[in-house]
Amino acid sequence: MAALYEGYTLCGLVPAQTLPNSGIQGVETERDSDHVIVTDSTRSVTLYKVSDQKPLSSWTVKQGQTLTCSAVYSSQSKEFVAVSDSKVSADVWRVHCVPEGEPVVLFQRGAVRLLDSLLSAPQQPIEEVLAQEEAIRWSTNILAESKQFVIFTTEQKGDHFLYLQRLNPNTLQRYRLEREEPGLSPLSFSASYRDNHIRLLYLYPNGHVYQSVVSMRGLGADEGAQALPLPRNLLLGLPVGEGLLEAASALVLDEAHVAVVGVPHPSAGAGKDFLCIWNTNFQTLQAGKEMAGKIYGQLWGYSNKLFIPHGKTLSVIPYECPKSSLAAALGKLKQAKTEGELTQIWSTATTQAATSLTIDQVLEVTKMAPVEEVQKEVEGLLSRADIQDLQASLGQLASTLVSRSLADPAFYTPSTLAQLVHTQSLCHSVCPDLVLLALEKKDYFLCQLCLQFFPDIPEAVTCACLKLHRNEVLRTPYSDTFLLPHLKDLSSQQVVLFLQYLQFLYLKYSQDASTQMHGLRSPSLTQIMDWVCLLLDAHFTVLVMTPEAKGLLLNLHCFVKSQVRLVSELGKIEGSLQELNKMKVKKDVGQYSIEVIELF
Amino acid sequence: MGEFKVHRVRFFDYMPSAIRAMAFNSRTERLAVARADGALEIFNFADHYFQEKVIPGQDGRAVEALCWVGQRLFSAGLNGEITEYDLENMRPRYTVEAYGGPIWTISSNSQGTLLAVGCEDGTVKMFELLDERIRFQRNLERQKGRIISLSWHPSGTLIAAGMMDMIRIFDAETGHATHRLLVERGAGASKSKEVVVWSIAFLSDHTIVSGDSAGKVQIWDGLTGTLVKTHLVTKWDVLALAVSQDESSLVAGTSEGTVVQFQFIASTVDQQDKEWVRTRTFKNHSHDVRALAHTETAVVSGGMDTQLVVRPLLDKVEKNTQESALRKIAFPHRSLVCCAKKAGLLLFQFPDHLELWRVGESDGLGKPGDSLPVKRNPEKLIQLKRKGEDHICCSALSPCGGWLAYSTVSAVRLYRIQYNNISITKVSKLPKDLRSAHQLCFSSDSSKLFASSSHSSVVIVSLNQLECKHLHTLKPRSGSRQPVHLLFASEDGKWLAAANADCEIHVYNLHKLKLHCTVPVHSSCPTAIAIHPVTSNLVVVHADQQIFEYSLMQKEYTEWSRKLQKQGLHSLWLERDTPVTHISYSPKNPAHIFLHDMFMFCIIDQSLPLPEAKTMLYNQMTLRSLPEPERIRHSHAFKICKNFQHLLCVSLLEDHSLVVVERPLLDIMSQLPAPVRQKKFAT
Repeated sequence: MAALYEGYTLCGLVPAQTLPNSGIQGVETERDSDHVIVTDSTRSVTLYKVSDQKPLSSWTVKQGQTLTCSAVYSSQSKEFVAVSDSKVSADVWRVHCVPEGEPVVLFQRGAVRLLDSLLSAPQQPIEEVLAQEEAIRWSTNILAESKQFVIFTTEQKGDHFLYLQRLNPNTLQRYRLEREEPGLSPLSFSASYRDNHIRLLYLYPNGHVYQSVVSMRGLGADEGAQALPLPRNLLLGLPVGEGLLEAASALVLDEAHVAVVGVPHPSAGAGKDFLCIWNTNFQTLQAGKEMAGKIYGQLWGYSNKLFIPHGKTLSVIPYECPKSSLAAALGKLKQAKTEGELTQIWSTATTQAATSLTIDQVLEVTKMAPVEEVQKEVEGLLSRADIQDLQASLGQLASTLVSRSLADPAFYTPSTLAQLVHTQSLCHSVCPDLVLLALEKKDYFLCQLCLQFFPDIPEAVTCACLKLHRNEVLRTPYSDTFLLPHLKDLSSQQVVLFLQYLQFLYLKYSQDASTQMHGLRSPSLTQIMDWVCLLLDAHFTVLVMTPEAKGLLLNLHCFVKSQVRLVSELGKIEGSLQELNKMKVKKDVGQYSIEVIELF
Repeated sequence: MGEFKVHRVRFFDYMPSAIRAMAFNSRTERLAVARADGALEIFNFADHYFQEKVIPGQDGRAVEALCWVGQRLFSAGLNGEITEYDLENMRPRYTVEAYGGPIWTISSNSQGTLLAVGCEDGTVKMFELLDERIRFQRNLERQKGRIISLSWHPSGTLIAAGMMDMIRIFDAETGHATHRLLVERGAGASKSKEVVVWSIAFLSDHTIVSGDSAGKVQIWDGLTGTLVKTHLVTKWDVLALAVSQDESSLVAGTSEGTVVQFQFIASTVDQQDKEWVRTRTFKNHSHDVRALAHTETAVVSGGMDTQLVVRPLLDKVEKNTQESALRKIAFPHRSLVCCAKKAGLLLFQFPDHLELWRVGESDGLGKPGDSLPVKRNPEKLIQLKRKGEDHICCSALSPCGGWLAYSTVSAVRLYRIQYNNISITKVSKLPKDLRSAHQLCFSSDSSKLFASSSHSSVVIVSLNQLECKHLHTLKPRSGSRQPVHLLFASEDGKWLAAANADCEIHVYNLHKLKLHCTVPVHSSCPTAIAIHPVTSNLVVVHADQQIFEYSLMQKEYTEWSRKLQKQGLHSLWLERDTPVTHISYSPKNPAHIFLHDMFMFCIIDQSLPLPEAKTMLYNQMTLRSLPEPERIRHSHAFKICKNFQHLLCVSLLEDHSLVVVERPLLDIMSQLPAPVRQKKFAT
């Protein structure tokens, strides 16, 4: 369960009384996560040591000048970079810098330059990337696969676009965001990179949080200004209370958690001055905190700390987001061991390992060696007697394998992974990418194994599997409430097909119960029926409108009717059988009795 | 009518023995039934299926097959012996060792001159039938493997033998095997098991029908030795076959308890050629059907579940008549319980032992329908094992409880019982005339023992502490050779009534020790007799359910009896299918006669009007619901109570309480071995 801890004030704010903003342009990390630079909306930049809650140093630009974007720290040159009055050679939108990366300058018309190249030739022409009336609304940069990306969104006549600018070599990709309700523009954006995909999360004033995923593969191959449609899916429908959201922001924390500020707490009235952490897999509110004073819709997060300006202060709120699983979401998972403990257990395990390679060595092998050798070594490890003691390290081994497989498309060890899954010491939380890896590699066998052995697969992943293949998924544990929204993502054709298959399964099993006995891995009748119910719940209105589904629905209707009748008949039989039972009890006479009878 | 205290007794663990074989004599309409304990029973199909004779079994006698030759009855069994029975004295007449190991089957030719037995050693042995004996004639060509079943061709020239995996046809004159018919084994796992031809029938058109352990009924052409048709009728064994006299119908009994009928008819309407077509399946048994008989109108079957079932064929009988009703004979048609009225004791007769019980006691009174608290539990006083290997055929307890007697075919044994410190002493010296008895009875003052002996005679033995003396032997004037199966001594000690299988009832004057009168002979056999303690009227109930009351004083039927005969008994009374086996009187009310069959007991109140044809016979429920003054108008003479079933005995004790001995058929069923497994719905 994610948690928000007691926060503390980093600094006070001097908001302009008339302006709706907080007076803070940005919060950026400095040398490490404990140091941040805060740029205010006027002239000053201050360096803070967060844990000490105290400013280390501060700069101010000259009177009459203003800082037009938040200052960044370049770890390469150990310099701070700030822009005053928007000007270099053209109007600057922002300067971005990732740790270990070069500062990048994004111009207001969409051009991107590395700071170095700009400084070496200050007068170089800056091209115009954006169209007329197109303006940048938000930007960030990201280091993905050791390439630096500048990501920014623009607005043009109510349409929103996403630009992915890769540097060295430079490529630019433009996407068009799907329109929300007319007149609604995203309130905030947040981007993250995970599993070869850039994920863009954006919040609309109606409380909808969408996610769009852009694969890094094939990026740049299709270069051009043509805007590709960017598919999105609804991650969260946040409660908005009365009216629309005005100053709110959503920030990705990890694959399953989003921090949201400026949105009402679902169980605390209409006030919008809350900071909440939501689980996107299960759509559950994980933690919430009321922030005193006005909320400006600004939020930054660096290494388990959220920075939020509210009222007259900038607060730091530490948080924690453990791995997401259904069990955890329902509060059923025993608190997973922290990384530190894992390592500890793991190191004790290694000291015990006397024969063959120690787990350390195996881990080393996994990182570097060719496929065959890895297979051999892992097999050797698994054949050891003390395998039960190695549970923790097996998880590490698996995640190492998975991450290597993800990083190196040529490296894939299905049999080894299958063996690891078979040990039943893994679960989804230990190596969350395993199922997705299997799906990506179209390794259905491994998928099936995972579905069979993992107790804690998130519903989102289950749905992803569902789209691909059919019986094992039906047997995985799930919870209606959390599965339902994901099921809604299936298209109506998929639903009809799936329903038909379920009906086929049901008829097959109900006609011949023995087949079910033999195929031990087939889902039970109740499981099938539950899925039918779920699907109908999720898509009933759609299905009613779909002409192809009519016959199917009628069939199911007849079927349900006959079942209801059968059950009621069975009920009657039960009643009369019970009567029989009672009669029998009454008749029971012993070996001998003396009775009185009367004859008339 | 009033209230009765009823001792409801269920501790008589009577267990009938399984039916092993049967043979029907169509000329005399007698069915002989052999049971697993070696007992033999004769049912008279002409007289309401009455069980007129029972020959008790013997340890070690296992009857496997029965055969009538005219009026003579033969049995053969796994003890390797052939036995002829003396049906007048109800004992084996003689036994002949066949010297071929266990005998599986016995069959006579239609001429009644030869008897063939099939032996374990593979021989078919022929015996010549002489007037008094049988004599070994010769062996037919010896085969490898036992001979399980035999059937003569009606011409008497050929004989078919069912064996393991095959059927052999022998020429009866030369003794050589002429054909070998191979019988296919069962499919699957039973392929490796030899198939047993359990039963075989040789028809006059040379068709051979066989039933085997693979569940097949097969039709063969006996002339060419070829298989004509196979009917798979069960997954288990076909154990018995029976063919109707006119060879138009045959039945097969299976281990599943079914009887399958085949009829020789044209399979399609316009076809001339007839063939054996499977037509009906009857399921009246829970266990193996081991024995079958095909009478002109019915299929008779019996087996492991011990019940004899008469299933009328509805195309041969008029519908909705008594003849068309299914009949199940579960209990013997005679009493196995003797009640000492004065002492409140019960004597239960088993084939190999006797049990003497004292009924319990309760104090206080209760409302009708109540169960009274039992103050003293019933108590088994004595369990007496019989001596010798012959089974007990009859037993009696004196009314005072002081004397106990039983008889086997070879000996009568008399015991003196003391109750103050329970002890039983055998009376060692019995008169020579008292060798064997078909029925035993004590006088009401326990001073005399009456024993029915050969040729309907009755031996009287006087009893006292010092000695037992032969007083007299009563002989009827009719010269009947049939055994007496019912004896009744009057309360006042003056009269003794004896009924025999010729339907005669002789009444003797015990004071004068001579025949007093013979009751006019009714066509049906008496099933129960009793003399009224006050009026000395003799009441007789017959197998046809008729009731007569005969005045011993006037030597004529009483007024009541005439009225009853004139008006006729109620149709529902006549439709009952179990005989009345016991009659007793109430010392309180001389107008009351108590009698019972297997399903009810009845108090006839002679003071009340007889039920007319239209009135309800079973009217107790109606009367109960009526207000007191109304009851009089609706009540009639027959008070029938069906609260207790299935009854082995109902008797009135001296204290006016009733003793009801029940043996529910379910209890008997529950003690049977498990039947063959059958696939039932949802199992």
